Amino acid sequence: MLRTIESRRRWGTWALTGGLAPLALLWLAPLYLMAVFATLPDYAIFSPDLPLTPGGNLLENWTFLDDTANFGRAMLNSIGIAAVSTVLSLLLTSMAGYAFARFAFVGKQAAFSLLVASLTVPYAVLIVPQYVLVARDLDLSSTWIAVIVPPLCYSIGVLFMRQTFLSLPQELLDAARIDGAREGRIFFSIALPLVRPSLAALAIILFLASWNNYLWPLLVATQPGARTAPVALGSLIGLNVVPWGALMVGATLLTLPMIVVFIFLQRYFVAGITAGAVK
Amino acid sequence: MGTATRAGIQAPRTGGASASAQSDARGGWRRRRHALAPYWFLLPYFLVFAVFWCWPIIDSALLSLQNTRVNPWAWNLGINWRRLWVDRAFHAALGNTLIIMAIQVPVMLTLATALAVALNSPLLKLRPIYRFAFFAPVVVSDAAYSVVFRVLFNGQFGAVNHAFTALGLPTIDWLQDPNAMLSTVMVAMTWRWTGYNAIILLAGLQSIPRDLYEAAAIDGATPADRFFRITLPLLKPILVFCLVLSVIGTTQLFTEPWLITDRGGPGGGAETLGTYLYKQGFVSMNFGYAAAIAYTIAGMAAVLAALNLMLTRGKQA
Repeated sequence: MLRTIESRRRWGTWALTGGLAPLALLWLAPLYLMAVFATLPDYAIFSPDLPLTPGGNLLENWTFLDDTANFGRAMLNSIGIAAVSTVLSLLLTSMAGYAFARFAFVGKQAAFSLLVASLTVPYAVLIVPQYVLVARDLDLSSTWIAVIVPPLCYSIGVLFMRQTFLSLPQELLDAARIDGAREGRIFFSIALPLVRPSLAALAIILFLASWNNYLWPLLVATQPGARTAPVALGSLIGLNVVPWGALMVGATLLTLPMIVVFIFLQRYFVAGITAGAVK
Repeated sequence: MGTATRAGIQAPRTGGASASAQSDARGGWRRRRHALAPYWFLLPYFLVFAVFWCWPIIDSALLSLQNTRVNPWAWNLGINWRRLWVDRAFHAALGNTLIIMAIQVPVMLTLATALAVALNSPLLKLRPIYRFAFFAPVVVSDAAYSVVFRVLFNGQFGAVNHAFTALGLPTIDWLQDPNAMLSTVMVAMTWRWTGYNAIILLAGLQSIPRDLYEAAAIDGATPADRFFRITLPLLKPILVFCLVLSVIGTTQLFTEPWLITDRGGPGGGAETLGTYLYKQGFVSMNFGYAAAIAYTIAGMAAVLAALNLMLTRGKQA
C-alpha cells in the first residue's frame, strides 16, 4: 500500500517534469537568444545555422547602438524618469489611499466610486486628448513634465494603498492625535513607515511600469535627447538597414536590470501583481 | 469599509477656568482642521486625475464630434462616426483585434491555469527554476520583447524557421503572410502574459483550503474530479478577473503589432485597433477620428467585460 503511494508520487513528479521542463526551456529561449545575439555581428545572427553560443561583437554592437540611437543618454533619461515618477506616484497614491482608509468625509463614496469606475476605461480613450493637451495646448513636448505627470493617474495604486492603510490599528493614530500631532505628521512619521512592505511592492510595480512604458514617451519625448530607452530602441526598427545586433544589446540592457531585481525581490513583484485580484 | 475616525478629538492639555475659553476656541479650530485633512490628502492625486483623466474623457467625446482635418477645427457631429461605419481599414483592424481576442486570450488563460496548478503541486521539484522561467517575462518591456520576437520570427533565418526545418516542417513567412503575422503577434503575447496570469491564478489556488482536497481524496475523488469539482469552481472569480483584464488589454493592443510586424504589417495584415488609432491620431494627426476610434475601443471593452461577467455569473446560478 505505502509502496504504491510512493511510486504514484514519483510517477507524478516525472509527469510534471516531463510536461514542464520542455515548456520552461521554450520560455527561456527568447531571453537566452536575445543575450547571445547581442554579442554577434548581424551576418552571424541570420546565418544558415542558428547561432547558440556568444560571439565577440558586443562592444561594436553597443558602440553602434549608442552612436545611432544615443542609447546611453536614453538609458539615463529612463532611469531618471522612472525614479522621479515612482517617488511622486508613491506620494500621491498613498496620500489619497490614506484619506479613503482613515477619514470619513463628505463626497467620499462618490470619489471612491469614480476611481473604481476609472479602472474599467481603457487607456486608449485618454491618449488622444492627453496628447492634444500636453503637446499642443501646453507645448510641453520633450520635457520631463510631459513624460512623467500624465501617467501619475494610477487608481489601482490608490486602491492598493487604501487596502493597506485599512489594516493599521486605529489606536496608534488616535494616540498620536491625542498627543496633539498634526495630521500631516501622523501620516508621514507614523502611518507611512508602518506600511513599508506595501510601499516597496507598489514602488517596484511603478518603477517597472515607467521603465517599460513605450507609447506615451513615443508621443511626447520626440527630441532625440529626450527619448527614453524603449523609444530609442523602437526608433532603430525604422532604419533602412536594421542593426539587429545593436537592437539586441538595447533589448538586453532594458531587460537585464529588471530580471536581476525580479530574482531578488520576487515576492514584492508577486504582491504587487496579485494586489487587485485576490482579496 | 474604512474605520471612520471620530471627527475632531479634543485634547485640551491645560486645565483651569482661565484656559477653558481659549481651549474651546482651539478645539473648534482643531475640529475644522481635522475635517479638512482628508481633502488635503486627496488634493494632489485628484488634481492630476481631474486634468489627465476626467478632462480627457470629456475632451475625447468632444473631439470625436469635430472635423479636425480643417484649420481651425470645426464642429461636425457626424463626420467621424459616419466614417467609422464605412471605413474598410477600420473594419479590418476591428476584425484582427477580435480574432486575437477570440484565440489568444482563451489559449493563454488555459495555459496559465495549467501552469498555476502544476506550480502549486507539492510533487513538483526545482520549483524556483520553473517560477523564474515562466514569471521572468513579466518584467520584460513590450518594446524589448517585440524586437526580440521580430528577430526570432524572421522569415528566412529566424530561430523559429530553423526549428521548423529541423523538425521537417515547411518554413513560414511569419512577418509577411497575413495569417502568419497574426499568429506571430499572438505567440509573442502569450509568451509575455501567460506567467503574469499564472501568478494571479497561483495566488488564487493557494487560497483554496487544503482540507477540501483531503476530504475529496478520502471520498475517493480522482485528480480530474478534484480539478473540475473543486479547483475550477473556486478559481472562477479570479479567472473572470484575468479574462476581463486580458480582454480590455487586447482591445488596445499596440506595441506588439507595431514593432514585431512593422507598423501592422504589409497590407495591414496585423493592423489592430491600437495601431490604427495611432496612425489616424499621430501619423495623420486626425485627432477627431482617432477619438471616435478610441471611444469605440472603450465601448467594446465595456460591453465585453459586462458580457464576461454576465455569462460567468449566469453559469453559477
